[in-house]
Amino acid sequence: MSYITESLKQLFGAAPTRPSKEQMSVEVKEIHLYKKENPFTKADFQQLQEEHGPASTKWRNRRWATLIFINLLFVVSYYFDVQILEGALTASRFVGFHMADLNSALQVTLAFKHMVLNLVIGTVTVFIIWILLGGRTFCSWVCPYHLLSEWAESLHLYLVKKNWVKNRTFDRRVRTVFYVLFALMALISGYTVFETISVTGIVSRALIYGPGIALIWVGLVLLFEVFYSRRAWCRYVCPIGITYGVVGAISPLRVKYNVKDCHHEGDCRSVCLVPHVLDMTIKGRASDVNVDVSADCTRCGMCVDVCPTNSLNFEMKGIGKHL
Amino acid sequence: MNDKVVGKAKKIKPAGRRREQERREFLRTAVLAAGVTGFSLLGLIPAARGDVLRLRPPGALKTPNDEQEYLASCIKCGQCVQVCPVEAIILDDLQSGVGVGTPYINARDQACDFSCDGLQCVLACPTGALTHDLNYPAESRMGFAELSRPKACLAIQGKGFKGLARGADYKGKLRYDEIDRWNPIQVADHPYDLELCDLCVRQCPIEIRISQCAEGKPPSGDQNQCPPQHAIALEPVDGATNGAMVPVIKEGCVGCGVCEMVCPPEPPAIVINIEKFTDMA
Repeated sequence: MSYITESLKQLFGAAPTRPSKEQMSVEVKEIHLYKKENPFTKADFQQLQEEHGPASTKWRNRRWATLIFINLLFVVSYYFDVQILEGALTASRFVGFHMADLNSALQVTLAFKHMVLNLVIGTVTVFIIWILLGGRTFCSWVCPYHLLSEWAESLHLYLVKKNWVKNRTFDRRVRTVFYVLFALMALISGYTVFETISVTGIVSRALIYGPGIALIWVGLVLLFEVFYSRRAWCRYVCPIGITYGVVGAISPLRVKYNVKDCHHEGDCRSVCLVPHVLDMTIKGRASDVNVDVSADCTRCGMCVDVCPTNSLNFEMKGIGKHL
Repeated sequence: MNDKVVGKAKKIKPAGRRREQERREFLRTAVLAAGVTGFSLLGLIPAARGDVLRLRPPGALKTPNDEQEYLASCIKCGQCVQVCPVEAIILDDLQSGVGVGTPYINARDQACDFSCDGLQCVLACPTGALTHDLNYPAESRMGFAELSRPKACLAIQGKGFKGLARGADYKGKLRYDEIDRWNPIQVADHPYDLELCDLCVRQCPIEIRISQCAEGKPPSGDQNQCPPQHAIALEPVDGATNGAMVPVIKEGCVGCGVCEMVCPPEPPAIVINIEKFTDMA
């Protein structure tokens, strides 16, 4: 199955395709067989842990720095009137050039049924940027709610470890249902219904224009994520993720998995916001020696940081491994 | 397929438990879908009831009692807020439902005095919620002034006004051409001494443009806007002996709110009626 179809399938909530023996390459079959005949021992894992040490924070630091920098740039541009990045995440002007959030632009267009030239320019610009940079990269590298949610997640994981809360999962297909519902509601009601509850828009505006009662909604969503379901908004609700995910399906920037040295211990899946995209790291699942992680991946780099065997890396398709 | 059958045959209990888990997950998911969708639909209530009607920035795509197009087209980015030299524009909050994040003006706190001359908010709007069909302040339709409390009006009482129009703590700004052509200053820094209070006429941006046009010095030197129609004038009160005058709102009024902003009594004698535009009077 091609990368694009597999990406769309996962984005819309289906389980990742499990390759059959016939779909696997000869090389990868040899690797799977070798690992089956020579299973990793406890000593192997121990040695690996000692060699690798604690997980790196390289990509997390870069990502947090980028996310904070971009959001601060909005704030600073307004407060000090330096006019570098004016507006909010929903639409802005970067040194005068129009930019529009793809999902907000879509909601407005569905509700208004008309698109002025400036919005077309802003949307196309942002579309091209995220084709180059990987679509859902927006989620983990730019969205200010993502950072709050990441902190809520660590609290959630701590509480789970203490056995004080239990993580409940939802059917991932519900995000596609939401996507269709929000599109229909905008189209039929003529109002941008999703924008009203979009935590991304609310947090972005609160940072720039000051807090309001809309932040109570953001707080409730965060509490839901801490006490009920891990990363629920991003995983099961937010249509922004699907919009950017579809763009990312044609992006050359991906995370690449190499099965050769992988110990299949699953550290990557345990830190991942969208762990289904890493199903190929389960023993015997990889269809080839190298497999690209699907476009539902937010390119956050947590798996790259945590992987003890360097089996996961960023790549720019056509340019080869970079960074 | 084979794996599943074997699994079922071997361990009946776990399979049953798994089905139970799946059933629960399905129910949870249905509740989540209904909950979030329901909550987002609540946002439509203020719009349906007309609660979100507000004084909107110049060029807002609306009629006096229908803001649907405006709310639909606004992308809630606040670029209009950022360019306004007097910071008249503020963003609405979640109690307005779908109106959250949409710009409006609270005229009593800070009206739009068109001191940017070029309708900066309209130019900044990326979606046309503030329509670019507009070229000059006099073409905007925000509302229509109304003498709501004539008894409070100082001019009708024949009174003058001396001092600060809104007190020393008032934060609002206006541009006074004679003081600084380019920078609005605080109303609190500009005391008045008037024999008869004419603040609503004196500070009316449309009236100011009319006199600028008469002097041959319209904003940006653009003669095409000259002269706009009168927006407000003081006319003698019948039979008054103390020189009392009454402010009369004319068809050139665009509803910018400056009269409401500078009117000294509290609450003001003159306010903007957002449910009326001049052309439809």
